[in-house]
Amino acid sequence: MSTIRSLANAMIRGFLRDRQALFFTILFPLIFLFLFGGIFSDPSQSKSDLTLIGKVPLVDELPPQARSVFDDLFKVHRTRDRADAIRKVRDGTVDGALEQRGNTVILHFSRADPVEAASVQGTLSSFVDQANVHASGTKPVFSFAAKQVEDEALSGIQYVAPGLLGWAIATSATFGSALTLVTWRQSELLRRLRLAPVSGTAIVLARVIVSILIALAQTVLFVVLSVVVFDLKLTGNWYLSVPLIIAGTLTFMAIGLFCGAVAKTSEGASGLANLLVLPMAFLSGSFIPLDVAPAWIRTVSLVFPLRYLNDGMLDVMVRGKGPGAIVVPMLVMIGFAAVVGGLSGRFIRWDKA
Amino acid sequence: MIEVKDLVKSYGELRAVDGITFSVESGEFFGILGPNGAGKTTTLEMIEGLREPDAGEVRLLGAPPWPRDIDLCRRIGVQLQSSAFFEKLTAREQLRTFADLYGSPHSRVDELLDEVGLADKGDESTDDLSGGQKQRLSIACTLVNDPEVVFLDEPTAALDPQARRNLWDLLGRLNDRGRTVVLTTHSMEEAEALCDRVAIVDRGKLLAIDSPTNLVRELDAPVRIALVRGSVTEDRARSVVGVESVQVDGDSIVLVTRDPAPVLTELARLDALEGLQVRGGTLEDVFLNLTGREYRA
Ligand SMILES: Nc1ncnc2c1ncn2[C@@H]1O[C@H](COP(=O)(O)OP(=O)(O)OP(=O)(O)O)[C@@H](O)[C@H]1O
Ligand SMILES: [Mg+2]
Repeated sequence: MSTIRSLANAMIRGFLRDRQALFFTILFPLIFLFLFGGIFSDPSQSKSDLTLIGKVPLVDELPPQARSVFDDLFKVHRTRDRADAIRKVRDGTVDGALEQRGNTVILHFSRADPVEAASVQGTLSSFVDQANVHASGTKPVFSFAAKQVEDEALSGIQYVAPGLLGWAIATSATFGSALTLVTWRQSELLRRLRLAPVSGTAIVLARVIVSILIALAQTVLFVVLSVVVFDLKLTGNWYLSVPLIIAGTLTFMAIGLFCGAVAKTSEGASGLANLLVLPMAFLSGSFIPLDVAPAWIRTVSLVFPLRYLNDGMLDVMVRGKGPGAIVVPMLVMIGFAAVVGGLSGRFIRWDKA
Repeated sequence: MIEVKDLVKSYGELRAVDGITFSVESGEFFGILGPNGAGKTTTLEMIEGLREPDAGEVRLLGAPPWPRDIDLCRRIGVQLQSSAFFEKLTAREQLRTFADLYGSPHSRVDELLDEVGLADKGDESTDDLSGGQKQRLSIACTLVNDPEVVFLDEPTAALDPQARRNLWDLLGRLNDRGRTVVLTTHSMEEAEALCDRVAIVDRGKLLAIDSPTNLVRELDAPVRIALVRGSVTEDRARSVVGVESVQVDGDSIVLVTRDPAPVLTELARLDALEGLQVRGGTLEDVFLNLTGREYRA
């Protein structure tokens, strides 16, 4: 046990001090997140800034469901300083300011950005209408539901973040195990460890623990940034992504083991790892949403473990699906890890030649 | 302690080790000496249990080292030909990690740093150490478990002469407390300086095995007395009693003898000692004698 801990410790320190590894496993995917997050998030869907002056019961007393819709549409600021709020509307810092006097709701807006102003007006008046219907105590006769023609509500960051995260985890797990195997073999550390009272299992377990820790750290960074910067909305079952991430890490460590077993040098191993993981990422929906991909890609993607990781993550992180959604991805990934890892393990060499 | 019998290892057509037999006693400082490709590393690694012999028998501390025997691993210390470190760790962290692997206490780490003269380099990254310092650290790593036998594969290769000599002090102290040391080297000088006994190997075969002094003595090699050319004439030199032959070699004149004392006395009487250099037989001569080839490491 202390053997595993101390090996894991050595690996983590090595990783944290390796600028190149840090860049490629942590920073690089984040750069992609910013790039893709920027491209795919539709500007017309961005929220309008709305300042509430003092108490606005119309908004404050919205039923929870309506409130969440309201929060989706407006970024709400609050102030008591009416003059300041109106000045901010005038100079365009916010799109509108709302106050309520008795039963009258007053919207201050500017003509500087007519499109934005109209959209704020339209949206608000529909809330007022709804409130009126609600107040009159009658059931509304008509209801209105807007449906986007693309993947339901899964636009922009909602789609990009889980897929990119899947790719990031796949890359770092593959490289982690491939490079540890190759560099330790090159430096003869593996042979040295063979002459120490250390089992091969202990070495593998230490690397598994380290890779899982790195994957979880990547996830936290990725999700926090997506939520803070790009307004990613996680659904209730997002924690189910943890078992998926662990299974995904095992799967791609097995692929890394294969690369490290086949390649003789670290350059060879990274080349092979890229050759396997990058195309897989393209074909598994990490960069391009599979819904807009040609049918053949969707079919081909079914042989790649990354497809299952991405699907599972989308289901539990943003589609709001429950534990049932991770069963198939988990089974596929663990099965893949066992087969590829087992086969690779058979022809791993301790020594260079 | 170590017994090796008729050891054979081939790589394809090449017989890298071709029937080697010897034994090493407890507490001995034993050297395996030979030129590049002689089969030193292959022999050593079969003794350590890293390679399986094709034929022959090895017993290390009374047990066969192949297949891998964890209990044996705990009792030996091994430095491979390339220093194997964990990437990006400091010297102290390397030692700590190795200490953990062997279940040795961390208190041993600072002792060892001190012992190998790296007390002030503990927090330096291994990548920033000089070649000599890396070798010292690597030796310290082999000592974490206080092993009964230490194997060192060319610990001073790739070091400059100064660093090499500095390391000899450390190596010479390794078997102070009765520890057995087996070292390979291609430096004749190093073997003479450090080893109680030397096995000379070439092309996978054991040529000779004895203490360096005995090997040189049995060689009965003549002593070569070199003087500045002109300090004595060739004819005069040839007439000195005991001189077997005289060679003129560039700027020097060399008198070859098996009885140097009277020759030197006579030269002193002639006041012809300018630039005097006396060279007795060395392991290099032993090698030349055994193989008929110049020793080139
Ligand atoms: N794994 C291997 N596969 C094929 N040939 C090998 C292998 N290891 C060593 N050899 C060959 O066996 C011979 C002996 O090698 P060995 O490494 O034992 O020599 P050495 O005496 O240690 O040399 P050096 O001083 O260069 O370290 C060499 O000719 C070498 O090329
Ligand atoms: Mg060698």
